[in-house]
Amino acid sequence: MFLDRFWANTINGLSYGSIYALVALGYTLVYGVLQLINFAHSEIFVIGVFGVYFTFLALGFQPGQTPNVPLAGIIANLVLAGAVGMILAGVAAVILERVAYRPLRKRNAPRLAFLITAIGASFVIQQVFRITRGSNPEGTIRLLPPEPVFRIFGAPVTNLQIIIIVAALALFVIADTFVNRTRLGRGVRAVAQDPATATLMGVNRERVIMITFLLGGLLAGAAALFYLMTIPQGAVFNGGFLLGIKAFAAAVLGGIGNLRGALLGGLILGIAENYGQSLFGGDWRDVVAFVLLVGVLMFRPTGILGESLGKARV
Amino acid sequence: MSLLELAGVNVAYGRIQALRGISLTVQEGQIVSLIGANGAGKTTTMKTISGLLGLQSGSMTFDGEDLTKVRADLRVRKGICQVPEGRGIFPGMTVLENLDMGGFVRSDRRSKEFTEDQERAFTYFPRLAERRNQVGGTLSGGEQQMLAIGRALMARPRLLLLDEPSMGLAPQFIQQIFRVIEDINREGVTVLLVEQNATQALGLAHQAYVLETGEVTRSGPGSELLADPTIQDAYLGVS
Repeated sequence: MFLDRFWANTINGLSYGSIYALVALGYTLVYGVLQLINFAHSEIFVIGVFGVYFTFLALGFQPGQTPNVPLAGIIANLVLAGAVGMILAGVAAVILERVAYRPLRKRNAPRLAFLITAIGASFVIQQVFRITRGSNPEGTIRLLPPEPVFRIFGAPVTNLQIIIIVAALALFVIADTFVNRTRLGRGVRAVAQDPATATLMGVNRERVIMITFLLGGLLAGAAALFYLMTIPQGAVFNGGFLLGIKAFAAAVLGGIGNLRGALLGGLILGIAENYGQSLFGGDWRDVVAFVLLVGVLMFRPTGILGESLGKARV
Repeated sequence: MSLLELAGVNVAYGRIQALRGISLTVQEGQIVSLIGANGAGKTTTMKTISGLLGLQSGSMTFDGEDLTKVRADLRVRKGICQVPEGRGIFPGMTVLENLDMGGFVRSDRRSKEFTEDQERAFTYFPRLAERRNQVGGTLSGGEQQMLAIGRALMARPRLLLLDEPSMGLAPQFIQQIFRVIEDINREGVTVLLVEQNATQALGLAHQAYVLETGEVTRSGPGSELLADPTIQDAYLGVS
């Protein structure tokens, strides 16, 4: 059974793991710069999910129907919805930083205050969605039904999986290039490695923090599109909870603060939980994911690639 | 004319008063040294000038312009560059990337002059040239200090703040660092130097100040303080 489904699980895991990876990048970026675990990041992701969903509605798609639009039109609509989701999530992340974290920074609050604020912000955003949209998931809107395009060792690879994996990798490369190759990205790395010295080089720390949140939000918004393409019934107020924890686990698994670690952690976690599911049954899916995390941390406490955003050369 | 002027500056960490009414003047083109024991407020003074610390009261002007309200990162653009105590090398960046960070505020980063400035840092410190692609965290203390000074020069400072450049260095490095400081000054950069190595610091200073528990207790030309018996007793050891 496990062997029969091995390749299907691998491909599926890569596709879903790409979503983890994109969300994990947001955790890792903020951690790298502020040493803050931004627990509200999962809700930034949910804001992206609703952004994508409402864009679908605004574009005239209705729950339940399969739209009769040519492929090019579908893709254009998906790109548009993704862009709206990204912008909304990005802006929300920047506002969150302004409203929740910056005032604490100005007062030199202890780290615990940031953490509890993050958890509080997470609840607030979640409950705003519950109050305004209710606790039931939104109706299912599926723009692009999955269809096998080709096979790898007998396992079908669907159009959705190809789009998600390729797009996620492309976004990762853009984010990685930004951080490692541009002037502003070098400023981000400098703040992550030594904030005081970065200031002495003329880096505006507040602006770096803003950009970090913006970048994390944009990537979470893109993840929201891929999530809704994979799980069309997933637009619900608490839809970010488990996914957020998994993405955070992926970031830690790969080495928090490390961009490539977040990518690797996300993909490994996505694949591993699929293997776990097929070996032990569906109930064990999440257990396997977190046991993997604990197992890796026992032998490599800093995660697979280790080191932080700044210190890692990559 | 005076490039930097502090008058009656008070700085506190919480309830601990670190600087009590410090006044000092740095003339353009000079090397000015601040000497004093541990905890006298030397580093605090440096951080106040570079903007990492805010002041409670007093005035601070740079080139005649009020500096107290200027954000730290903008002071770099005005030409104030600090080499922090402990060097502050970015451990995950290579020597070249660290130098590049030094020129973060410059807009001509792809120009010939920028490359020439990098090469100039390597002329001052040939050891760095051999290690240009090595990661900062793996350099020795002396190499890190050289890199920190080279990096600060990349911003083309008008005023270079050096905080304990000789700390923890082997004697041959100390000589080299002080020689380079004089070279840099000769090329027109004003230098404010904080040192525990009082002999060296006073030897090259045009003007010097002695700090004790947050107050300026003595000031005068470096050579004059160097010859003063009370200074000799307190800071120069038996020599």
